[in-house]
Amino acid sequence: MATTTSAFHRKIEVVSPTRQRVMGILFILLGLILVFFFTPGLSQGQITTFGLSLATSDIQLPPWQVHTLPTLYGLAVASAILGGIQLARGFGRYTNWVLGLVVGFFIFGFLVWAAAGKSLNLVGMFNTTLSRSVPITLGALSGILCERSGVVNIAIEGMMLTGAMVSALVGSITQNAWLGLLAAILAGALLALVHAVLSIKYKTNQIVSGTVINIFATGLTSYISAKFLQVNQALNNPPTFGGTPIPLLSEIPILGPVLFNNSIFVYVMFILLFVLNVALFQTRWGLRLRAVGEHPKAADTLGIDVFKTRYMAVVLGGMVAGFAGGYFTLGSAGRFDEVMTAGRGFIGLAAMIFGNWNPFGAFGAGLLFGFADALASRLAILGIAIPSQFLLMAPYIATMIVLAGVIGRARPPAADGIPYEKE
Amino acid sequence: MSSEKTPQSPDLGKLVLEEINHEAAPPPQPGQRKRGIPQSVLIPLLAVLTGLIFGAIFIIVTSQEVYSGFGQSFSAGLTAMWDVVARSYTALFTGALGDPVRIINALQSGNALEIRRAFNPFLESLVTSTPYIFAGLAVALGFRAGVFNIGAEGQLFMGAITATYVGYKLVGLPMIVHLPLALLAGALGGAIWGFIPGWLKAKTGGHEVINTIMMNYIAFRLSEWLLTGPMKRPGSFNPVSPEIQPSAWLPRFFEDPIRFHLGFFLALGMAYVVYWFLFKTTWGFELRTVGSNPYGAKYAGMNVTRNTILAMTLSGALAGLAGANEVLGVNHFLAMAFSSGYGFDSIALALLGNNHPVGVVLASLLFGTLRNGATRMQLSADIPIDIISVLQAVILAFIAAPAIIRSLYRLRKPAEGEGLITIKGWGG
Repeated sequence: MATTTSAFHRKIEVVSPTRQRVMGILFILLGLILVFFFTPGLSQGQITTFGLSLATSDIQLPPWQVHTLPTLYGLAVASAILGGIQLARGFGRYTNWVLGLVVGFFIFGFLVWAAAGKSLNLVGMFNTTLSRSVPITLGALSGILCERSGVVNIAIEGMMLTGAMVSALVGSITQNAWLGLLAAILAGALLALVHAVLSIKYKTNQIVSGTVINIFATGLTSYISAKFLQVNQALNNPPTFGGTPIPLLSEIPILGPVLFNNSIFVYVMFILLFVLNVALFQTRWGLRLRAVGEHPKAADTLGIDVFKTRYMAVVLGGMVAGFAGGYFTLGSAGRFDEVMTAGRGFIGLAAMIFGNWNPFGAFGAGLLFGFADALASRLAILGIAIPSQFLLMAPYIATMIVLAGVIGRARPPAADGIPYEKE
Repeated sequence: MSSEKTPQSPDLGKLVLEEINHEAAPPPQPGQRKRGIPQSVLIPLLAVLTGLIFGAIFIIVTSQEVYSGFGQSFSAGLTAMWDVVARSYTALFTGALGDPVRIINALQSGNALEIRRAFNPFLESLVTSTPYIFAGLAVALGFRAGVFNIGAEGQLFMGAITATYVGYKLVGLPMIVHLPLALLAGALGGAIWGFIPGWLKAKTGGHEVINTIMMNYIAFRLSEWLLTGPMKRPGSFNPVSPEIQPSAWLPRFFEDPIRFHLGFFLALGMAYVVYWFLFKTTWGFELRTVGSNPYGAKYAGMNVTRNTILAMTLSGALAGLAGANEVLGVNHFLAMAFSSGYGFDSIALALLGNNHPVGVVLASLLFGTLRNGATRMQLSADIPIDIISVLQAVILAFIAAPAIIRSLYRLRKPAEGEGLITIKGWGG
């Protein structure tokens, strides 16, 4: 089963009875949570207000007001009905879409509850979500490139961190954000090359090799930071990429401020997303890359250079990770701090698994995780009693659940992590 | 290997086992009988040496002194290069093992206090080595059973949390009860954090590498929450736990500035226990068999599921002890920054020590010494302590890819494979 390739195979995948049941129970459970955890403490007639435009927008939309309690009950009932149908009949191949819908209901319900009696700016929230999802999604894309070719890459975190440091350093010295970004990409590529040589040429265990890169990157960046950046602030003051609103498009209500008023990192992420998706699944290049990751021996027999393909994929992945590193310094903070990536590379890895090694799946997961991130930073403002740490834990727990196969099934490329021995 | 008994399995199983065991054991070095040190010892030594050379180059490249030296003249540049490296490594050495001159003077003076102070750097190195030993054993035990425990850091945090909790919450117990209880709690905390990914791997096939990475971050967030909420020290502005009761402290052997404590000997004892368990008991034998050949083990009637869970649980318990050791022996309270990445470094330790308890202890002593010396190097030679991570990464790379070392030093390739660890994909 594992040897058949391509997305074609996934489409005809049958949902197992156990999974069908678990999903149904989950839908109902989410509905019950909405009722039993969120509705107590709310009073009849309370209203949740969602802001739909930023203060700076030209076109101001009136805020969207919903009645808190009826909305929550409605969402709960809808989830429960979907759960009931899932238990009785099953949604077959649409199960994942329905799952997405129910999770969407749940998140909306959460927001309605969280902002009950208050006002929450949805546009600002979504915009933060999108920008928080950038490093996660880019990290996941980096992982997809590597792992689709059969090389496990847990060094995304290290490559990002190095990219962040190098872009701060080079950006400060040259006072040119573009050169800083270029340096970040090169740094990522260089580390990826080390990973590639270790794991492809020397057939080192790829997790050990990834660990080497992570330890090295932490040491290197903290060393340079302590020896130079902290001592001489002029070396840690790169110019940043501010928001670059796209003319006309950014004026569209709701969508404009969310999607088209961002830094270049967001736009590049979208471009990469589409390009990678097409390249992986519609081109000969992508077919070869995936063949190498699924069944290298067969690919080799057909004349594809397994080693060359893997080198290329890993280095490209490193460039994406390095670019993602640039986001931290040039795209948001404007300076480098020790271990500033704070595990975003590993969340990217989680998003890759969550998204089943597909670019758009990874983007969806990145959005979800970015949302948790964005929400965690607003909990205090909204005055919610949930500790933000639990929200930040959610991506990890969700990934473990997906990996366990209870909901959906994570299926890595068949030859992922196995060095290829040419005979 | 002769003392091992196969557990109630038929003769065929025994045969299979012998076959596996024969393959798993390193060959009796037929290729290297000619002379000298076996490569299993030589390569780690050369890796460390090459790492130190790499570190020297790294220090030179990042030294402004050297650049300004070369700005003046070539010879001044060379002198500056030599100066920087000599100064750094001297500081590293005296910081790690003590200043020889001072030790001799102290011994001559016969002043007991001065002698203790002169030996303090060495004792402090042992203190730093202690968590390394525990965590290194944890990862090595996992490797032996074929599981890659990359989550030692998280298990270490959980162990520290539970040990701290028992340490400050229980008041009025005698030390003989309280200390073992706190240590046990630490082991238990780590064991739970190891059990979960072990169980997930055995039952669902979820890869332990991903799960342990995820659980590392869950443990970090959990400790953040505990230290800012339920376990926060009353009246403190910092996220730290209350101080642990003195009855749960690991006793120290000398007066205050010297922190050398019982934990070091506990770690050595634990290394022996792990050795005995792995190589002298049926359970340990099963564990190693499952690690080296899961299919063969299954044929021989061994329970692969149980052994995988057992290995991860024990591994977690050892890592938990590393955390407990730090809070009970050194800090006496829990703070987020109590671990300087011991859990991640432990992967390097296990591999450097060839996944053997004796090797792990030696590797831990080396890394502990280096890290302790680096503290001094940071103070007196202005070399940030993070250079140790760079060194460790380089050493680990050489250990993991011995072919690099072999080609550098023109070593012969050994006759048999160098299979340090079984290589597996995400699918497990």
